Amino acid sequence: MLKTFVVHVENKPGVLTRVASLFRRRAFNIDSLTVGRTEKPEVSRMTIVVDADQDQARRIEASLYKLVNVLLVEDITDEPAISRDLAMIKVSAEHDQRSHVLQLVNIFRARVVDVAPESLIIEITGTEEKIDRLLEVLGPFGVLEMVRTGIVAMRRGAKSSTFPQAEDMDEITADSVDDENQSV
Amino acid sequence: MTKTGAQILWECLEREGVTHVFGYPGGAILPAYDALQHSKIHHVLVRHEQGATHMADGYARASGRVGVAVATSGPGATNMVTGIATAMMDSSPVVCITGQVGSKLIGSDAFQETDITGVTLPITKHNYLVTHAGDVARTLREAFYVAASGRPGPVLVDITKDAQQSSCEFDWEAAKPQLPGYRPDLSPTSEDYAKALKLIQEAKRPVIFAGHGVLISGAMSEVRELADRTGIPVTLTLLGLGAFPASHPLNLGMMGMHGEAWVNHTIQDADLIIALGMRFDDRVTGNLKTYAPKAKKIQVEIDPSEINKLVKVDVALIGDVREVLREMLPRLQPIDCSEWRGYIDGLKGDAAVRDIQNLPDSGHLYAAHVINDLWQETRGGDVVVVTDVGQHQMWEAQYFKHETPLSLITSGGLGTMGFALPAAIGAKVARPEAEVWVVVGDGGFQMTMAELATIVQEKLKINIAIINNGFLGMVRQWQEFFYERNYESTPLLSPNFAKLADAYGIRSAVVTQRSQVVPAVQSARKYDGPVLIDFQVEQEDSVYPMVAAGAALHEMIRRPNPLVETAEDE
Repeated sequence: MLKTFVVHVENKPGVLTRVASLFRRRAFNIDSLTVGRTEKPEVSRMTIVVDADQDQARRIEASLYKLVNVLLVEDITDEPAISRDLAMIKVSAEHDQRSHVLQLVNIFRARVVDVAPESLIIEITGTEEKIDRLLEVLGPFGVLEMVRTGIVAMRRGAKSSTFPQAEDMDEITADSVDDENQSV
Repeated sequence: MTKTGAQILWECLEREGVTHVFGYPGGAILPAYDALQHSKIHHVLVRHEQGATHMADGYARASGRVGVAVATSGPGATNMVTGIATAMMDSSPVVCITGQVGSKLIGSDAFQETDITGVTLPITKHNYLVTHAGDVARTLREAFYVAASGRPGPVLVDITKDAQQSSCEFDWEAAKPQLPGYRPDLSPTSEDYAKALKLIQEAKRPVIFAGHGVLISGAMSEVRELADRTGIPVTLTLLGLGAFPASHPLNLGMMGMHGEAWVNHTIQDADLIIALGMRFDDRVTGNLKTYAPKAKKIQVEIDPSEINKLVKVDVALIGDVREVLREMLPRLQPIDCSEWRGYIDGLKGDAAVRDIQNLPDSGHLYAAHVINDLWQETRGGDVVVVTDVGQHQMWEAQYFKHETPLSLITSGGLGTMGFALPAAIGAKVARPEAEVWVVVGDGGFQMTMAELATIVQEKLKINIAIINNGFLGMVRQWQEFFYERNYESTPLLSPNFAKLADAYGIRSAVVTQRSQVVPAVQSARKYDGPVLIDFQVEQEDSVYPMVAAGAALHEMIRRPNPLVETAEDE
């Protein structure tokens, strides 16, 4: 089944590669992956959707934690959460078809963001299912181009994701390595 | 105080306790080498960068300290790849430092430019590209910390030439690691402990697995106490050999593909497996579908991603083996498993009659004889055996009885031929007082034999035992068993190893009969310098027992019984 992970990572070069490489190396299939800025400039946030069973999901979480730049991993598949995908759909809309298309745009609470003589670009935000349904009904008019961002997700309610703050970082130093561990 | 990146590099290594590095200079790392003259660190010049990484690895495994390898950009760095992957698979703490072209040239396909952080991303625990002198200190501190803590592993630090050359303020204290996402210290919950303790106390046919993690964590005495207190027998993985004394009455020996038959039968019949610092490698389990079907499993493991990876466990105790055992030991009661131990003892009888040591002397020299005699001669000493990969490696594991920890160094997970000779150099540098023996096949030896020169240049007393059977022996064995004896590309022409040693100024001997083994070993031990012995052994001998890849663990190919004609077990 599809599992949704929210992954907080250090905003550093190469981190996306490390995460993507992990999924490739361990032969997990990414359904979608988005990455973007967060309320903290030093933190980026990824939403990753993977096809995995429960055991695999646990291993994915553990493997992600092994990456030094990963701060927090949440499997929100079974949590109350909002997830949104954004799509831009360029649809063929000759003069006689145009009002039909616009009706559908209204029904789906989508928006027209570009108008050309023979086509429209429609922007829609929503769950993946909602976008799938709009695509289905637009199909007969002729979808010329389509792009989707992949989903971003957030837990509902006041509970928010937490991870070590700057003051905690100081505690994680070489001094905390158990000296005995390193002796013969 | 203002210092160049190159000066900071060596100062940081000194502060991390580094006394020796293994390396090979080149263009992009030259500023660092130029600054080396002011450092107390001794640089061991290798003959190939792969050797440098194996030496750093051998150094780390022999001592428990972080090993350091240095190379230039491009080919210097890519030559390290095999050694890094070897260290990664066997959780060895190694820091590799590579030069990189100037930061302004990165991405331009400059001379000797390779994206080595990209190349090594999947085979390092972590890696860094440093483009500013000001980042050198913090990065190195992080690299050492990450390499040695938690489940250890290799860390690569790629430093651009300009970062080595330019200057900045150096402040060790201020350059603290900043690793907010790295949390290596994990410990189990009290519920997990309770579940594990209950399983142990209720077990009737339990067995303890001791793996490499026991050695890394330094949990030898805890494992011993666990066995002594409960009476549960112990079996070891290849990399766990030495974690529990071979002579201990509860030690069953090595498990897995070339483990003793009684060990594998024990595992298949057990009702509880207590796995300590091991990861159920496919060479240990055989076919997973038929693996230890009657056993509940407790896994004590520091790396959470190893839990339920291949074998589903009933209780996972995530944490350092030593810490976890210390927590459990006071709460454990003896278990009555005398019946179970009697059953296991019964399984052993059959193996003795098949043991090559007990066969009449046929005039042939068998590798098992060489290993057995080497073990007998060196018993009780501070001996480190460094093996390569293949038949000799398995014979060593079977016939050299390791009593003490860190007395065997071998490439387990990656199975890297060519590992032994350079790794032994690292081991000898780390433990100069130890007697170091390289046990290596004629194939693997020729992969990295250029490092003979390093041994001589560094004046190291290392004894080299080449188990020379004129074949890539393990591949030949597979061809014999599974490819209808089609010995394609496995007969191996070798140089005259004695003359080769002579060319390097290394003393040599050739042994072709069993009676010559002990005198040759004694003579080598007495001689104050490196010695190479060419043991010319039986060409088409095989390692028994053997679990074919993918077969069930109890379905072993056995050495033909001299009294009863059976080649297959069960």
